[in-house]
Amino acid sequence: MSLSQATVEKIQDYARRYPSAQSAILPALWAVQHEVGYVTSDGMREVAQHLGLPASLVEATSSFYSMYLTRPEGRHDAVMCVNVACALRGAEELFAYCEQRLGIRDGQTTSDGAITLRSTIECLGACGGAPMMQIDHRFEEDLTPERVNAIFERLRTEPAPSPEPPRPAAVPPTPTPAAKAAPKRPAGGSRPREKKADT
Amino acid sequence: MAEKKILTKDFGAPGLAHLAGYEQTGGYQAYQKALKELQPDALVEMVKKSGLRGRGGAGFGTGQKWSFLPKGVYPRYLVINADESEPGCFKDRYLLEASPHQVVEGLLIAAFAIGCNLAFIYIRGEYLPQHEALEWALAEARQAGYIGKNVLGSGFDVDVILHRGAGAYICGEETALLTSLEGYRGEPRLKPPFPAIKGLYGKPTVVNNVETVATLPHIVSNGPDWFATIGTETGKGTRLWCMSGHVNRPGNYEMEMGAPIRELIYDLGGGVWKNRKLKAFQPGGASMMVLLPQHLDVGLDFDAIQKAGSLAGAGAMVVMDETTCMVDMCRRYVEFFHHESCGKCTPCREGTFWMTNVLTRIEEGEGKAGDADLLLEMGNNIDGRSFCPLGDASTWFPRSCIKYFRDEFEQHVTEHACPFRKERVMVA
Ligand SMILES: Cc1cc2nc3c(=O)[nH]c(=O)nc-3n(C[C@H](O)[C@H](O)[C@H](O)COP(=O)(O)O)c2cc1C
Ligand code: FES
Repeated sequence: MSLSQATVEKIQDYARRYPSAQSAILPALWAVQHEVGYVTSDGMREVAQHLGLPASLVEATSSFYSMYLTRPEGRHDAVMCVNVACALRGAEELFAYCEQRLGIRDGQTTSDGAITLRSTIECLGACGGAPMMQIDHRFEEDLTPERVNAIFERLRTEPAPSPEPPRPAAVPPTPTPAAKAAPKRPAGGSRPREKKADT
Repeated sequence: MAEKKILTKDFGAPGLAHLAGYEQTGGYQAYQKALKELQPDALVEMVKKSGLRGRGGAGFGTGQKWSFLPKGVYPRYLVINADESEPGCFKDRYLLEASPHQVVEGLLIAAFAIGCNLAFIYIRGEYLPQHEALEWALAEARQAGYIGKNVLGSGFDVDVILHRGAGAYICGEETALLTSLEGYRGEPRLKPPFPAIKGLYGKPTVVNNVETVATLPHIVSNGPDWFATIGTETGKGTRLWCMSGHVNRPGNYEMEMGAPIRELIYDLGGGVWKNRKLKAFQPGGASMMVLLPQHLDVGLDFDAIQKAGSLAGAGAMVVMDETTCMVDMCRRYVEFFHHESCGKCTPCREGTFWMTNVLTRIEEGEGKAGDADLLLEMGNNIDGRSFCPLGDASTWFPRSCIKYFRDEFEQHVTEHACPFRKERVMVA
């Protein structure tokens, strides 16, 4: 396997930006994952080569971090937090519902390859909107079984997210306040909001 | 009875996440004032005088931390800690998403104050939308000439690198963060030497939290004396409290230091959900000690919360109603610490493993008489013997729960079952 020219250039660019090429390992691994979908040992060897570092060093670093995938997964990633604040609002029960709905267990991928489902004990920073999920690293909060159904329905047909999120152009257009109004629900559950008591 | 809004004052203003909208609220005025009217040393003195303490967890004086940098040693680095992964915390996320320029302006002021020409923002890998918001903000600030060479003719050069983590709680700890930024496994380093002396690439380095730097533009604009009038004797200004759990209106609330916890949970949060009784609450984050309804009048402030037996930490406030099983909560937290232990030292790596085992067996009704004491003994063997605070802190919540809820631990053992299981919230 060999990385595309665009990815290689990106890696070389990272290496130049940091005071030390080794600092470019994490961004380079992200670039590999964006292109390939996961980080293979070939990918790590290539990163090492472009950064002028031993492959063993890149592997040692890579294996420490949980977000680099080591095998291909579903088109979409659905991760639910089950740490304390989420568990207090029923995350465990809702996760069991997700498993049942998709007919898969924690860590598995649906047979059509659409969704990989995971629970995590790592807090994902949406405790105020619990129960929550990250779908392809984007927040879905205040979940109910109905909302979960709708999300899964959508993911079944939706293509994989663009491998890399849209990047601002080198010279960003000056956004007019109207056109670029603040997101409707900034930080979702992290924003205080009126909410009727659940009964 | 209300929030005291300084950092979040303009949140919701149109286009705030972009340069034009931010400048309409007075954005980047403080940075320009700093560059044109203030010398770096004067800025450090100003921040010292304001009494600002770090919002990342330890509450160390920000100006004081800056003044530890050895004179005349360059380059120096500034690293903004946006790794926010403390369970229960979601304030930095809110600040980054709603007003990324406020964070960037604060960063630039801090960089100018300490004489740093290359700053970093280390953001946790999971915060993708926030990463995008920052990337935009940095590009806009660069285009406006706030980042670059000879900023606004002041002679100050500054560049900023946005660095994305990849899933590791320990990388929020400042030395582990620096190790990670250098491209290694995110393992903590021994302190001293502190980062101010020997940090990133062995150079003097300041690590500051997102909320800490987001406060700086307000201090520069309004003056340190103004800031020092807000809050308590030892805790100045406001803080964002991330409220979650069994409360009617969870979310972020910006409170003046010293406001009673009761105001946060009841007046702003609307009290405990489902008309249930408050059992306990936990300020600070996953590691911090649990408090009881009797502590509701304690002030939201570093020292007051510490005096009450817990810590303000990173500003979480997890509310637990009467149906909460404290054993289960302990199990989840300790399992989290076990999962996140970097494995470098034995007390933390093995200790959190064994504590998780014992807590799981108690929760599942297979506990043995004396398990509560066994947990306390394990806790004593981890705390103070771990390489970094992650291990120490993994024991604080469970030990405080045994102190206040020992009966509950024993009931699990004698009844061979969790007495709360049947009452758990059912959503599905
Ligand atoms: C295990 C552990 C995790 C931490 N996580 C964070 C974090 O996510 N964000 C943060 O700002 N500080 C975190 N800290 C505190 C940092 O080590 C450091 O004190 C802080 O970033 C300094 O910034 P401040 O002085 O502005 O508070 C953590 C500390 C420990 C021990
Ligand atoms: S505890 Fe689940 S997102 Fe924070």
